[in-house]
Amino acid sequence: MKRSIPFSKAINEAIHIAMEKSKSVICFGLGANDPKRIFGTTEGLVEKFGESRVFDMPTSENGMTGVGVGASLNGIRPIMIHQRLDFFLYALDQVVNSAAKWYFMFGLKKSAPITIRLIIGHGWGQGPTHSQNLQSWFAHIPGLKVVMPTSADDAKGLLLSSVFDENPVIFLEHRWLHNVHSEVPEEYYEIPIGKAKIVSEGSDITIVSYSYMTLEATHAAKVLKKYGISCEIVDLRTIRPLDWETVFTSVKKTGKLLALDSSSPFASVASEIVSRVCLDIFDSLKMSPLRITQPDYASPSSFGLTKHYYRGAKEIVMEVCKAFGVNPDDNDLTELEKKPHDVPGDWFKGPF
Amino acid sequence: MSKLLIDLYTSALRIRLTEQEISARYSQNRMRCPTHLSIGQEGVAAAVGLALRNDDFAVSTHRAHAHYLGKGGNLNTMMAEIYGKKTGCSGGHGGSMHLSDLSCGFIGSTSIVGNSIPIGVGLGLSIQLNETDQVSCIYFGDGSVEEGAFYESVNYAAVRNLPVLFMCENNFFSVYSPLDVRQPKDRKIHEMVRAMGVRSDVGDGNDTLGIYNKVSDTVKEMRNGKGPFFWEFYTYRHLEHCGPNWDDNLGYRSEVEVKEWLGKDPLVKLKNDLISNGVTEQTINEIKLKLVAEINVAFDFAENSEFPTMEESYKSEYK
Repeated sequence: MKRSIPFSKAINEAIHIAMEKSKSVICFGLGANDPKRIFGTTEGLVEKFGESRVFDMPTSENGMTGVGVGASLNGIRPIMIHQRLDFFLYALDQVVNSAAKWYFMFGLKKSAPITIRLIIGHGWGQGPTHSQNLQSWFAHIPGLKVVMPTSADDAKGLLLSSVFDENPVIFLEHRWLHNVHSEVPEEYYEIPIGKAKIVSEGSDITIVSYSYMTLEATHAAKVLKKYGISCEIVDLRTIRPLDWETVFTSVKKTGKLLALDSSSPFASVASEIVSRVCLDIFDSLKMSPLRITQPDYASPSSFGLTKHYYRGAKEIVMEVCKAFGVNPDDNDLTELEKKPHDVPGDWFKGPF
Repeated sequence: MSKLLIDLYTSALRIRLTEQEISARYSQNRMRCPTHLSIGQEGVAAAVGLALRNDDFAVSTHRAHAHYLGKGGNLNTMMAEIYGKKTGCSGGHGGSMHLSDLSCGFIGSTSIVGNSIPIGVGLGLSIQLNETDQVSCIYFGDGSVEEGAFYESVNYAAVRNLPVLFMCENNFFSVYSPLDVRQPKDRKIHEMVRAMGVRSDVGDGNDTLGIYNKVSDTVKEMRNGKGPFFWEFYTYRHLEHCGPNWDDNLGYRSEVEVKEWLGKDPLVKLKNDLISNGVTEQTINEIKLKLVAEINVAFDFAENSEFPTMEESYKSEYK
């Protein structure tokens, strides 16, 4: 049965189901058993599965990642969680030199089936070390899978796929998606890793997007439709392995490309999309590819500065209109601005 | 007693003779990877390897040949790995620094200092979750205790009372950097670790029988749920940090110091122990001849094996 639940609840449900399905699944992270339960995503787990399988941890991101990898080499399937991606940078050694390398380095004998949930902050003054989008870093490393769902139903199905995948998976959750609802089946199901989704079909331009930016693209596409521009939105869902077939098929159909990214531009996922489309299907393009990313400087904290930092539906409409020689209405653009710009919705009262 | 001593001697001598052969043949340029030899440090590897069961886990560092062989690793496949051949214990994908043999519980050796320590603790966690009586042994040097991952790992092993045997071989050097530029003068590593909540002790790393007796007791306790233990053993690397040669021309350690440690050679001590236990020179010679033959076979196996090809060995990025 399907019902509408938020992304965070879908994540929580996926972990419950995974732990019921297999005794080998464990779940840990700083705050996993604290009163807030990692934005509610670990709610009810320790009560049901006990402290040996669901546990809080020392503030040791690197060491505990290695502990998870070591356990995964002997039949355990750990789900490790960090409330912000930025904290996980301590753990680059264990994720790059251990988790990602094990399968290759030791002659394809054993892989490290660990799933690492990293939550990306956004708005509310999160600033330079609480809101970094480093998906392209992880996607750069052979051996890792990198998953970034947008909808609640994808989040549940992709998390279940990740936990039961034989390889290490970096599972990136945008904090502003946590309260976004969608229809989610109650039972166990998997969404395959490495398969993109056409969120809406269109004929004039392909917008390649993922995670939170897909929502902004959806808002933008509605306005662009008023001007007679039909957008096809491809939600990547997985950054590595990336579903090039779906991207190429769409670009071949529309002949135009806009790549969106929630990170800074240099060596970003968007630049990889633009690069591969140019390298592999250049002849299909009817105009130069477009790209919208965050600016190439660190994310500020100040309410005054973030207004001009985060890019969204308004910037998408402006960019596409420019390429199509259309003058967008000022009222439409104002409508697309978030007010206030630094919270996901009225429900959000801080602190993080 | 003499059966145990013979086993310890055989294991230590197998390591010594293998590494001497690596050293002798290295300049032929057919072993095309960095090699870090344990000549002088065989005592810990031989003793701990025998104190552990086949199904106990072990992880190690860049200097892993001794630990691998001591734990019951296959000499042929280790040599093939060093030669980069597809018959190697890691399919030729790892080289000298990345040995792995699941059939003897040698889960893997990694080359970033301190990197395998959390992995070993994680294996300890898996043992606790699976409720078996195995032990997870982590071999590392004195340089590793300067990495953050070490403290994080010791802390977690203590918090969760995991069956982890921390096996620190203190050879006083991290590459060429002596202990006194890296750690405060009067601090003892095993004492520091004890203050973190893990039981610990120290011993002579060149007294192979002594190590065996001490570690066997520790392992027995660990199987009965007494939690982690940290052993620090003082020992000495005879050759250079990386490579087949002596490096005392560099002058980074004093002649007096080197001479003193060469006099404490664990193989010499083991041989003396054997003789004082009534084992004859002839028996000792027979052991050596058998090992030399075995080692020649291993080098022939490695040299005659094929290199892996990308098409057949690397089928996919993912499992």
